[in-house]
Amino acid sequence: MKQLVILSGKGGTGKTSIAACFAHLASAERRIVLADADVDAANLELVLSPRKVEQHRFVSGKEAVIDGALCIACGRCAEVCRFGAIAARDGVYTVDPIACEGCASCYYQCPAEAIALQDRRSGLWFRSETRFGMLFHAHLFAGQENSGKLVTMVKQQATLWGVEHGADYVIVDGPPGIGCPVIAACSGADLALLVVEPTISGVHDLERILATTRHFRVPAAVVVNKHDINPDRTAEIAHYCAKETVPLVGRIPFDTAVTEAMVHGEPITAYDATRAVSQDLKRTWRALRDTLEAR
Amino acid sequence: MIIVVASGKGGTGKTTVATSLALTLMQLAREGLLGGTKVKFGDCDVEEPNAALFLKPRLSQREEVSLPIPRVDPALCTYCGRCAQVCQYHAIAVVAKKVLVFPELCHGCGSCTLECPEGAIQEVPHVIGIVEKGRVGSMAFAHGLLDIGAPAAPPIIRRVKSWLIADEKDPVVILDAPPGTSCPVVQSLRGADYALMVTEPTPFGLHDLALAVEVARGELSLPVGVVINRDGIGDQGVDDYCRAERIPILMRIPMDRRIAEAYSRGEPLVTALPEYRGRFVALYEAICEEVSP
Repeated sequence: MKQLVILSGKGGTGKTSIAACFAHLASAERRIVLADADVDAANLELVLSPRKVEQHRFVSGKEAVIDGALCIACGRCAEVCRFGAIAARDGVYTVDPIACEGCASCYYQCPAEAIALQDRRSGLWFRSETRFGMLFHAHLFAGQENSGKLVTMVKQQATLWGVEHGADYVIVDGPPGIGCPVIAACSGADLALLVVEPTISGVHDLERILATTRHFRVPAAVVVNKHDINPDRTAEIAHYCAKETVPLVGRIPFDTAVTEAMVHGEPITAYDATRAVSQDLKRTWRALRDTLEAR
Repeated sequence: MIIVVASGKGGTGKTTVATSLALTLMQLAREGLLGGTKVKFGDCDVEEPNAALFLKPRLSQREEVSLPIPRVDPALCTYCGRCAQVCQYHAIAVVAKKVLVFPELCHGCGSCTLECPEGAIQEVPHVIGIVEKGRVGSMAFAHGLLDIGAPAAPPIIRRVKSWLIADEKDPVVILDAPPGTSCPVVQSLRGADYALMVTEPTPFGLHDLALAVEVARGELSLPVGVVINRDGIGDQGVDDYCRAERIPILMRIPMDRRIAEAYSRGEPLVTALPEYRGRFVALYEAICEEVSP
């Protein structure tokens, strides 16, 4: 079983649209399992219209709560908190749950034992059936931390299911950025596909995400999305990939039909297989599959 | 007044809107139309900061951002294991006669230092990134850069903000937020006066807009307004949502290949298409009206 993770650094370059197309194309030839690792803003479900089979609570980390009846208002908790999460208003100390990082420093330092740590319900994760295979996805509650841990959970569940059911590929739709959820999404992948647009920020962000995948020793390949928006920058990306010896596995044209397909809840390759954009996606998938198989 | 430009979904045009709004305000200030108010810009997307590519600031200061991580003095340590017991992040472990520290897991909370009965722990800075400060014309500029492989963006975002906001009395600060809805976004939005959400009128855009509104309005009680970018693609979902949620749509930027091309070259929208300047002035006036009607 091989694991492909789709990343981009910069957001909105087309990770999810491309992941949905690969799910469609790959499932026609092999058994696949899907994981949406963008738990902040999970969108794969919008294209795959999944039917939820299982739902689980995701509890991660703690938050401090002050018992007003026991508190002696000494202020020690506010003094040791480095996250600015504890403040007194009219002599009453309270915890701001959004700022609290659950470090428990206040809990251990409180002389009156007035502070308790309670579990933080951070989100939900799901196992769902789709027409292309099983999908593991999640919803991180608004403003919660630990998105990296939820990503790890989603990926772990997808991998376990894949091993049990003899899947050939795990396709992971990753989050934007280079921080903790991206690191969690990268971990254990056989190949990272970096989706880049030919813009000044796309090129800049490609360098940072490539450095990140290299840091974690995950091999990478690149696809240029909307390549015809700026042919000069596309050439620059091709040159950069050659210099960095990263395979450039495809160039996808700009086509508003991709959005139209999304509105209809379909990957473009399923919505209109004859379009140039769909043909290019098919070619890209084949090149990527060969790269993945060679690992 | 602090205006944070956020979105939920990535690539909807946060940087396009934030940079053009800031450049417009800078020009208003230069023309004396802002009553002496200073304009400042901060890029809070420290994982993939892009505003500098468009604003081309002259950077004059640079500072490392670090977290205080524990260093154990082996001469004093009795390997009692208290530090590992109190650490909520499994960032410190005691294995036989050895204490291991995992800097990438440490939040720098200081709990192990306080709890060590032998006073054997000292804190040393562990660098996770940098912040840089400079100017774009008459506008102060700051951004941060998370180190490759470092997981935690919020401390750098905090530094970008404190650097910009500390020294002046009531400037207009435009902050460009990262995508998503988790801790880096919360950190960007905290203490703001207004959350300006840039979205595209598609199911993805709407889905993530609703999540971002939940954070800004639901969790942080901020007033929220929407800019619809690439208006004309997709569907009516965002319009319907905004009407139902009583969220004002303050601006619409049509799907226009010229805008995409200017972006790809690194040219701010108001520079490439100066006719947009008046619309950004109107956007700012609408935000002022929303903040203090």
